[in-house]
Order: sequence, then C-alpha cells, then structure tokens
Amino acid sequence: MGIYLPIAEMSVNAFVLLAMGAAVGFLSGMFGVGGGFLITPLLIFYNIPPAIAVATGANQVIASSFSGALAHLKRGTLDFKLGTVLLIGGIAGSAAGGFVFALLRAIGQLDLFISLLYVVLLGTVGGLMLIESVNALRLTKGGVPPALKKSGQHNWIHRLPFKMRFRTSKLFVSVIPVLGIGAGIGFLSAIMGVGGGFIMVPALIYLLKVPTNVVVGTSLFQIVVVSAFTTLVHSTTNQTVDIVLALVLMLGGVAGAQYGAKAGQKLRGEQLRALLALLVLAVALRLGFDLFVKPQNLYSLTSVSGLSL
Amino acid sequence: MRIAALALALLAAAAPARAQIKDGAPTENIQIGLSTDRVSITADFSGADLTIFGALENTDPQVNRQGRYDVVVVLEGPARSVVVRRKDRILGMWINTRSETFINVPVSYSMATTRPPQDITTPNSYKQLSLGIPNIYLEPEEKRDSPITIQEFTDALRDRKEALGLYSDNIGGVQFLSQNLFRATLHLAPNVPVGTHKARAFLFRNGLFVKETSTQLAIVKSGFEQTIYRFATDHGFGYGLFAIGLAMFTGWLGRIIFRKD
Repeated sequence: MGIYLPIAEMSVNAFVLLAMGAAVGFLSGMFGVGGGFLITPLLIFYNIPPAIAVATGANQVIASSFSGALAHLKRGTLDFKLGTVLLIGGIAGSAAGGFVFALLRAIGQLDLFISLLYVVLLGTVGGLMLIESVNALRLTKGGVPPALKKSGQHNWIHRLPFKMRFRTSKLFVSVIPVLGIGAGIGFLSAIMGVGGGFIMVPALIYLLKVPTNVVVGTSLFQIVVVSAFTTLVHSTTNQTVDIVLALVLMLGGVAGAQYGAKAGQKLRGEQLRALLALLVLAVALRLGFDLFVKPQNLYSLTSVSGLSL
Repeated sequence: MRIAALALALLAAAAPARAQIKDGAPTENIQIGLSTDRVSITADFSGADLTIFGALENTDPQVNRQGRYDVVVVLEGPARSVVVRRKDRILGMWINTRSETFINVPVSYSMATTRPPQDITTPNSYKQLSLGIPNIYLEPEEKRDSPITIQEFTDALRDRKEALGLYSDNIGGVQFLSQNLFRATLHLAPNVPVGTHKARAFLFRNGLFVKETSTQLAIVKSGFEQTIYRFATDHGFGYGLFAIGLAMFTGWLGRIIFRKD
C-alpha cells in the first residue's frame, strides 16, 4: 500500500515502514534502548532524505521513550532533579545542534557529517560493548561470576567544583559533568535524530556512578524532553518533521516493543549486550561502506537551503 | 490518469472564415486552451499525462496539405535557485567539494513536438527561442567562474534533471486531429513541483518560426497532504507541538494497550 509523505514529498510503501518500526521497536524493547540510532540509518537506506530522517527520527523517539518513562515514574526509579540538570544542558546542546544542522545543510556537508558521526559513535560504542560482553561471557563460562563495578570509587570527575546533592540517586557530584553530558547528548539528538540512550546510560553509570536502577528512568525522562525540544527546533527552523512518516513508524514501534521486551527476558544480560553490540557495529559498517564506494552519480542537486530535490 | 483540457473547437470552426481576408496572405495564428487552470496532486499521484488542445488560424491550405506546419508545446515549471554539487574522493571518502548555484532554473520542463526536433527547424532557431532542453537558459549566480566549470555544472544540472524525469520531451506528442486542430500530450513526472506552470505553444511553417502563445496552469497538492504541508511550512512551531503531542499520545496509548505492570 503506497502512502504519500507530505514533507518528504515522496510515495513509499506503508507496510515497509510499519515493518521497519516494528523491527526497531522489537529490538528497542529487547535491549531497552530508544531505537533512534537504528531508525534514522534505516530510513536513510530507504532513500528518505537524511534531513527528514533525522528530524522525524527524533519525533519517533518521543513515543517509545515516553512509554518507558511512564513505567519508571510509577516505580519511582526516576531522579527528577538529576534529570532536570541534564535537561538544562540538553536543551542548550540541542539548540546548538539545530543551528549546526542548518549550517551544514546550507554548505552541502550534512549527509557526510551525519554518516561520519554515526560511523564513529556506533563503531566506538559497539566495539566497546562487544569487548566487554565477550569478556563477561568468557568469565561466566569459566565459572567465575562477572565482577561488578564497585560503586563509591572516585575519579577526577568527583573533584570538580559546584557540587550538588541528588537524593534519589544517592549522589553528591559537581553539576559541570552533568550539564556537559546533557549538552553532548542534546547536540547528538539534534544532528543524528537519536535519543542518545546508548551513550547516556553508560555515561551515567561509569562517569557519574549513578545507581543502575535509576539510570534508565532518568535517561528516558531527559530523552523525552530533549527529543521534544529537538522536534520543535527542526519543525521551526528546517521544516523537516514528517508527521505521517513518524506516525507509521510509531505505530509499528509501539507494538514491536512489547514483543521485544518478552523476548529480552529469555536472554541473559551478557548475551543481550553482545547481540546489541553486533547490531550496532553492523549499522556502523553499512554506513561507513557507503562513504567509500563511488556514488552512481557524482553530481547532486539541492535547493539553496539544502533540501535535496 | 489523464487530465483533459478543453478543445478549442470554436476557434477551429472560426478559422476558415477569417482566413478569407482579402488583402494579401494573413499571418497564421496559434491558440491553446485548458479546461482547468488548476491541477490537483493526490496521495497516490505517480505521474500523469496532461493533454492540451489547440488550434491554428489562417492556415495556408497548400502548406497544410503538405504537412509543413509544426507545433512545439512546452510546459515549464516555476523557476527556483538550484545548487549543483560535485563529489570528489578525499581520504578515500566521496565528499561534496565544488558547487555552482544557478538562479531561475525551471524546476520542470516538459516538451511535446509534432516531429523529431531536428526535422522542425534549425538548431540556431531553437537557440534563439531558448526552446528545448539543451537550450534552457541556465544562469550561474557567480558569472566570473571559469567557462569550463560553468559548462560542466550546466551539463550536470540538465543531466540530473533528465534523470529525475523533470526535464523530458515527447516526440510525436503533438498530433493534428484535423487540419487546424491539434492535441499535445505532456508528461508530468511523479515529483512534479507545485506552483504556477507556464504552457507555451510555438508554431513553425516550413521550418520557420511564426508565432508563440502561452497560458498558465497551477499545480497544487490536494486535500490532506496539502493541509499538512501548509501547516508545517506556515506554522512550524504549532506543527512541532502537534507532532510532540501525537508522539506522547501514541506512547501512552501503547502502554495502556500492552500494560504489563
């Protein structure tokens, strides 16, 4: 069934989009990630212009993250104070990202920059996760239980000034790294159309030593608000949010996520992480491959503002 | 899908009467008409043929019998600025490097002719009339760039437009229905731009340009798609808020339907 996307100005197959949303939703439910880092590249592979894929990806992330954040709110595993400080950084980062996005589009380097960011970030995160999970799998096979990260261990981050107390997270840290992490994720959200959970969660655990049970809820809370802000930035400055595309993806995603969560409960943590790592690496490789293969046509046409024609 | 335009039967009927003007040979005239000045693109639009009817007036019966009248009909889209970029290999990666901006480039250009263009008139004549895809005037914004560069990007622009189906010609697309009445079939690409299009018809006799006429046609998106598009471009902030609300509602609904806790 063909469906016309009014902003992307093209006809696509609605079932392909639904399947795409469901597949990503399944994975996001299984691994507990937002799925923005998968949906945006998939849309680009499906010939949706990158500018629209990014802005619509950010919109789609809201749906899945909001759903998750509600669940954590009910369980009380959401640190509003920490989330709000992250958010202040996040909004500043997202605004800066929206500005850089428009600038890159005008000089014709947006597609390249999006691809490069994806390759570098997904490659790094995927690689680190793979190494870590394979090590953990080897250790459990050898009969040794995987070593837990010791909390309370202090690093240079804890010596920074402007300390603040976060009760729900049982944390007393400087606001500088919190604002910094928030800003970094906000910037990536605007440029890559991701929620940033796949960076936020490790950053909160390893850098700030936030207890694991609070991390996911807090990260989801900040992702909902930053993605909402990103959607707003893109819709006002770039007019690249395609609501029809977003809705079809969301419908598939919400349904897929439920089955993914059930499948996820049957797998062990290390196995899950290894699988997610492989998936992330595959996406990075595929995007990297496109950068190095000679394009079919060396010339491309865009309007002056940078939208592809 | 076929969009039919009105036959100018009246004009055709009136033509012989006026041809009997006494003093010397009157000059031929060409007329075209559209039944509608607005074409709507719907959700399932996948390209269409647009039919334009037209008539010749004051034709010379002898020239007509020999089939020496030729008609070229062009539908030209709205003019916009276009940036042409070229990718080059840097550090093994294919990256946009050089670019050239052209101003007032017709977004689309669809041409129909009675015969192959080279049989109608001379290349020089086409050039003077700026008629045909190779002769569309593409004006670079930066005229001081080297002529070789400008030529390279001009060719690339035409080439890409043809590949996208936005520049096309239809040889034999103009057919005479009677001695004075003709029908032109023009291709509208699936990605035909919305806006005001200009339909122009050129009459040639024995390879010489005689007369030109033109009319306008608005191509618009219809209904739902148009509403969304207008909302997004005119009220970006409100549209963004709506998109956020919709996403939150979908997320909340998903939780209600598949409640686990």
